Amino acid sequence: MTNTQKHTDFYDNEGKPAWKAWLTTTDHKRIGLLYFYSLTVFFLVGVLLGLMMRFELISPGKDLVEAQTYNGLFTLHGVIMIFLFVIPGIPAVFGNLTLPLLLGARDVAFPKLNLLSWYLYIGGAILALSTLLVGDGPPDTGWTFYAPYSVKTGTNVSMAVLSAFILGFSSILTGLNFLTTIHRMRCPGMTWFRMPLFAWALYATSWIQLLATPVVGITLLMIVVERWLGIGLFDPVLGGDPVLYQHLFWIYSHPAVYIMILPGMGVISEIIPTFSRRRIFGYKAIAYASLAIAFIGYFVWGHHMFTAGMSGPARIIFSVLTFLVAIPSAIKVFNWLATMYNGSIDLKPPMLYALGFIFLFLIGGLSGLVVGALATDVHLHDTYFVVGHFHYVMFGGTGFAFFAALHYWFPKIFGRMYNIKHATRAFWLLFTGFNVLYFPMLVLGIMGMPRRYYDYLPQFQIPNVISTVGSWITVAGLIYMIVVIVKGIRNGEKAAANPWNGLTLDWQTDSPPTKENFDVIPTVTERPYEYK
Amino acid sequence: MNTGASTFTQGVDTAFIVILSISVLFLVGITTAMIWFVIKYNRKRNPKPKDVKDNTRLEVIWTVIPTLLVLVMFYFGWIGYKPMRNVPNGAIEVKATGRMWSWQFDYQNGKQSNILVVPLGKPVKLNLYSPDVLHSLYIPAFRIKEDVVPGLNNYMWFQAEREGEFDILCAEYCGVQHSYMLSKVKIVPEEEFLTWFNTTETVLDTLESVGLQVLKKNGCVACHSQDGSKIVGPTFKGLFGSQRKVTDLQGNVKTVTADELYVERSIYEPNAEVVEGYNKNLMVSYKEQISPDEIKEIVNYLKSLNEKK
Ligand code: HEM
Ligand SMILES: [Cu+2]
Repeated sequence: MTNTQKHTDFYDNEGKPAWKAWLTTTDHKRIGLLYFYSLTVFFLVGVLLGLMMRFELISPGKDLVEAQTYNGLFTLHGVIMIFLFVIPGIPAVFGNLTLPLLLGARDVAFPKLNLLSWYLYIGGAILALSTLLVGDGPPDTGWTFYAPYSVKTGTNVSMAVLSAFILGFSSILTGLNFLTTIHRMRCPGMTWFRMPLFAWALYATSWIQLLATPVVGITLLMIVVERWLGIGLFDPVLGGDPVLYQHLFWIYSHPAVYIMILPGMGVISEIIPTFSRRRIFGYKAIAYASLAIAFIGYFVWGHHMFTAGMSGPARIIFSVLTFLVAIPSAIKVFNWLATMYNGSIDLKPPMLYALGFIFLFLIGGLSGLVVGALATDVHLHDTYFVVGHFHYVMFGGTGFAFFAALHYWFPKIFGRMYNIKHATRAFWLLFTGFNVLYFPMLVLGIMGMPRRYYDYLPQFQIPNVISTVGSWITVAGLIYMIVVIVKGIRNGEKAAANPWNGLTLDWQTDSPPTKENFDVIPTVTERPYEYK
Repeated sequence: MNTGASTFTQGVDTAFIVILSISVLFLVGITTAMIWFVIKYNRKRNPKPKDVKDNTRLEVIWTVIPTLLVLVMFYFGWIGYKPMRNVPNGAIEVKATGRMWSWQFDYQNGKQSNILVVPLGKPVKLNLYSPDVLHSLYIPAFRIKEDVVPGLNNYMWFQAEREGEFDILCAEYCGVQHSYMLSKVKIVPEEEFLTWFNTTETVLDTLESVGLQVLKKNGCVACHSQDGSKIVGPTFKGLFGSQRKVTDLQGNVKTVTADELYVERSIYEPNAEVVEGYNKNLMVSYKEQISPDEIKEIVNYLKSLNEKK
């Protein structure tokens, strides 16, 4: 990147060879980009596996792969999408890229630890993908590794589980880093309630990462111990308890779904005021809602186990709590909507993705209420309804928030602008494809088709065909979006420092920022988003 | 039209419709507002935003109303669910075994079947049993499902309200043949049920040798083919008398002859000698299910397979 400004931007390698300058960097922006590129690669691998599954399901019987291969496909697809894409996702990429900028700081609290997190991430990722190539075939347990099947199967479960364990450490360290950064590195004048809402969301998320991830780490290690040493923890044949595994697994993995969605909500809370030119409505309500979600989210894990043989009162309590955790999310949606009221709305791609997020997340959340209720969950648990539901939340929610963040901070990070017209078209293609792909899954679940099915009864065929066609449209949309982004990075027009007229500190510095972010550490005198 | 297939159908469907209606209301309302704002307050039309102050009353309203609504949803979910856990006295008890990858139903008079036959309008309780991994017995038409957990005595019950045949599926992932772990529940009038129930003959047809019947009854054929193809375990074709390369418990590889004793060991202690190319731990011991006499019949059947070719 040529440098016409008075300082060099953070792309300057300062005389070092490029590979060394990047692989030993402690600059939060460079680490953010390292995450961005590696995450994108894994995401695309995951999409490819999803595409293959959908192709297999276009008609009953074998279409593309054998049953065993199919089971490996959905397991790896799940592991990649969960542990390599949505969980690190927005915090690792956009948290790293922007958190110090938003807080008016020069870097995160522990820059070297930050680099270590990325190496752990890459190590875990390589381990996960190499299950494809070494050992007795990719794991075939589903991303949940439910015992006792995960203890009995001959496939390469141990390696996949170890990779999730390592990835957990990466996540814990990022959480620790962000917590310390937010506590210690805010610039003068930035009180807690003058912090941008994305920082609030990262704050709540980091607590979950720090407190919940160790539980799943230990649980996954227990699987390895059981496989290698034959110690009976979860397999009843050895004297273990399979339901215990489910409890331990979901004690982490339910809070983890809030690790996935909270940062996405934070992104939306940045974009909507900027493109409505309105102060965000209910700043405190949104900030507290993040904390409430993080807190209540710890106590709802049992809703994954309504049919597993829990006691009656436990089922009832978990159901009530599940409904309550929906409230803070609803509050956020209402406040976003109120922020648009009387605003001056500019429907640029970031805003489009943000509104797309709201719509898809609504369907995801509302379908979540259906499975949160006891009677309906008994029918829909472990069916395609659940597959539809979590894709709406994780892909329609977090995924679209990721794309929104990308289109929003793109000029800041790359100093250039993508083609707005094509980016808008790509959005519509992706959005259409998404609904054609996943809405039929909700229908299939109601009809009674279980998930993780290599083959299905003939009555389920029509929605399956529609869904498969949807997967092609979705992938076309993704490719379109990527082409627009790559072209933008390569030879987009030079962007101004603040093309969207944002008010948060990230927009008050150069694009791309200098290595140290700010020449002079700024001082904050009012809340963010005070459009007048 | 409105009579559900089981007594639970209505409660579940009511809860579903209540939640769905409220949800659709919210989805349509919010989406409409969103589109309307985008049009009305578009920058071209409305270049100057108007400041709007935070409003605590509004925040309280849109916290309290959704809270009340979700509690209504919870209530309907709970009401529809409550009867599922209260088994009426006098329910017909059937032991339902889910194993990799077949279902088996044992009635109290010793009758066994691979499909579930029950009388119309009578409560039926299924005691769920798994010898290997998790399964889940799912009858979509009846709106019920419960996990079949090894080591745990889970149960479910239902009362059918309509004659006919309905699908039984396994809903908890259980390995390579998960999507083929299917069966049917057949609802018949009570007299027809009693006739069926009191014939000691099992559903298996009598042309088959006793050995094959034992293999089918215990679900062996889900994993072992009779035609030489490899499923999960080795095929039965050409097995008897052949030389087998196996790994024993100490991890030593050796070659043994598949004689009567070998067959018995493979059934009672499946992990003691695992044939090369297959996985340990996938098969469990059938010590409780298959008697030594039955093993003799199995051996006879295996021998007959060799003669056929
Ligand atoms: C074009 C993109 C995608 C396609 C075509 C796709 C397709 C599918 C299908 C068909 C299944 C169900 C497999 C089965 O139950 O038999 C599935 C499962 C899953 N998907 Fe996706 N998916 C896509 C993107 C994503 C994304 C972006 C995420 C996460 C952010 C995701 C997360 C998951 C997870 C966690 C599972 C569950 C795996 C398991 O059952 O263990 N998928 N996907
Ligand atoms: Cu099963």
